[in-house]
Amino acid sequence: MERRLIGKAASPGIAIGRVVSLRPVSGVPRAGAAPDLERSALRQAIEATKQNLRSMVARLAGDEAAILEFQIAMLEDPELALEAEQFVGEGQPADAAWLRSMDMEMARYRASYDVHFRGRVSDLADIRDGVLSHLRSTPEHDPIEPGQIVVAEDLAPSHFLRMDWTSGGGIALRAGSPASHVAMLARARSIPMVVGLGEAVEGLTGLTVLDGETGMVIGSPVEESLTQAQAQALRLSVGRREAEQRMREPAVTRDGKRLSILLNISSLRELTGLMPEDCDGIGLTRTEFLIESALLDEEAQFRAYAALVRWAAGRVVTIRTLDAGGDKPIPGYSPEGEANSFLGLRGIRLSLSRPDVFLVQLRAILRAAALGPTRILLPMVTLPEEVGEARSLVNIAAEQLARAGLAFVVPPIGIMIEVPAAAMAPEIFPVDFFSIGSNDLEQYACASARDALQLAGHAHNLHPGTLAMMAHVTHFARANKIDLGLCGDAAGNLAMLPTFLEMGIGSFSVAPGCVAELKAAIRNHRASDGTSIVA
Amino acid sequence: MPEARASAELTNRVGLHARPSVKLTQIAKRFSARIEIATSLDGPWTDAKSPVKIMRIKAVRGEILHVKAFGADAASAVAAVVDLVQRNFDEE
Repeated sequence: MERRLIGKAASPGIAIGRVVSLRPVSGVPRAGAAPDLERSALRQAIEATKQNLRSMVARLAGDEAAILEFQIAMLEDPELALEAEQFVGEGQPADAAWLRSMDMEMARYRASYDVHFRGRVSDLADIRDGVLSHLRSTPEHDPIEPGQIVVAEDLAPSHFLRMDWTSGGGIALRAGSPASHVAMLARARSIPMVVGLGEAVEGLTGLTVLDGETGMVIGSPVEESLTQAQAQALRLSVGRREAEQRMREPAVTRDGKRLSILLNISSLRELTGLMPEDCDGIGLTRTEFLIESALLDEEAQFRAYAALVRWAAGRVVTIRTLDAGGDKPIPGYSPEGEANSFLGLRGIRLSLSRPDVFLVQLRAILRAAALGPTRILLPMVTLPEEVGEARSLVNIAAEQLARAGLAFVVPPIGIMIEVPAAAMAPEIFPVDFFSIGSNDLEQYACASARDALQLAGHAHNLHPGTLAMMAHVTHFARANKIDLGLCGDAAGNLAMLPTFLEMGIGSFSVAPGCVAELKAAIRNHRASDGTSIVA
Repeated sequence: MPEARASAELTNRVGLHARPSVKLTQIAKRFSARIEIATSLDGPWTDAKSPVKIMRIKAVRGEILHVKAFGADAASAVAAVVDLVQRNFDEE
């Protein structure tokens, strides 16, 4: 009988295949022997795990190889097994001793306040299970055949990388998170993945359909469900190819409206392989990532901004001034120990409190603006005085550059609409353009932290209350002929595109990887009425 | 026995994290000198050839990494480690 399970979408696409269950390493606990024998069993198990990883690394490159090279380096270090060998000396079997020592090591990582170190717990679990499977002489896992749908509690990065995904396949996890390492790897290899399916995954057997767009998993599908899934899989693969072939063409709806598609950029590397003709410019430069190690280095900042302006070849480049603080701290710059950093000194508030740092950035932007069309975008603006103070500092930067005899242009100045109060009173801001930051607007409007929203997966749609705020500011911009665009993650959410177009948003700024599909979706859109669209 | 010391600020994005730790131990192992690192001059000092121990320091961006080495090639060992830190572990 057909069974339908709903989880969280973690990697898009449709997979159709047979289920293979990965059981957690359990095996039969060792009876234990003399400490010398147990010690040498442990050493052999570590050696065997290392050999497995080495043969895998040989087939990988880049980030994938680096994740495993770290695991190999840890296994090569005698320090790792020191505690376990001590427990063995006290008479414990090798597997129990290893488990106990690795759990202690993992507890040390979990205790770290740094997210990067906490994130390595899963790598240690991976190392622990690899060695354990050799100690308990169970095979590490069932052999996986290409195209199968892997069902497991969670999936370690090394397990994912060990599998053969060249003929497709899918992943259905009882637990897991769309933000995990393995979800990132699955998206990079276009392997559909659904997480958080709960206990119901235990019952999955035989032929199964997995939809990584909606988070739906169908066990033993009836003929009709199977045919539908096959058609959808075909549409997706053809659609993706067509979209990429037509990426360079402008985004025009079926009823002839031309929309602007711009890029969100955090580093110059992201432009690799892209041509300026693929887009209408850069809609958001996250300078807190681009120049975070050069806050006081005007020349380094100028070089970075100038590279963007030159790349865009006459298209507009929007540079957002530092949006540090909140979930993007810059050590030594953003305040430490604030009770609630998301509601505290961040974005423009922080920049205005540090005019020494802000002026360096403004001078670098003004100089880059002399090379091509550039706009300044101010983040987290709440009060008109903040815009006024920023303008005064722009004028001071211009005077300083004039005195130094350097070329500059004072560019248009706009603000992010991401504070609900600002969205509801756009008329108080004397600015040249608005850019809606849907991520922060949603989190402030819904009193939900950004990472909690992330857990809702890719299918997450904006709250109707957030949409009402966006509509308010959009109508004001249209009535007053002020340029307006959308630059949050929602801009790349194709399910919401009709809503945004109907609202009158005519400019979308998205991650480079979203451009082809967004343009394809726009080409398929026809407005139900004849409302005009703000360019 | 020759001894050398130096210090450098961790300026790479993630600090002494998985990949930087591996790179640091790979460089340290090229030298015969005993090499130790610490985030405070008062210690505790950690063997720079052990990735397991280095990861336990959990040194983050902005901390100062102190390096000392003992042995015939102590001076070049310290220079190589400091150079790696100052190159941001070749990550950025």
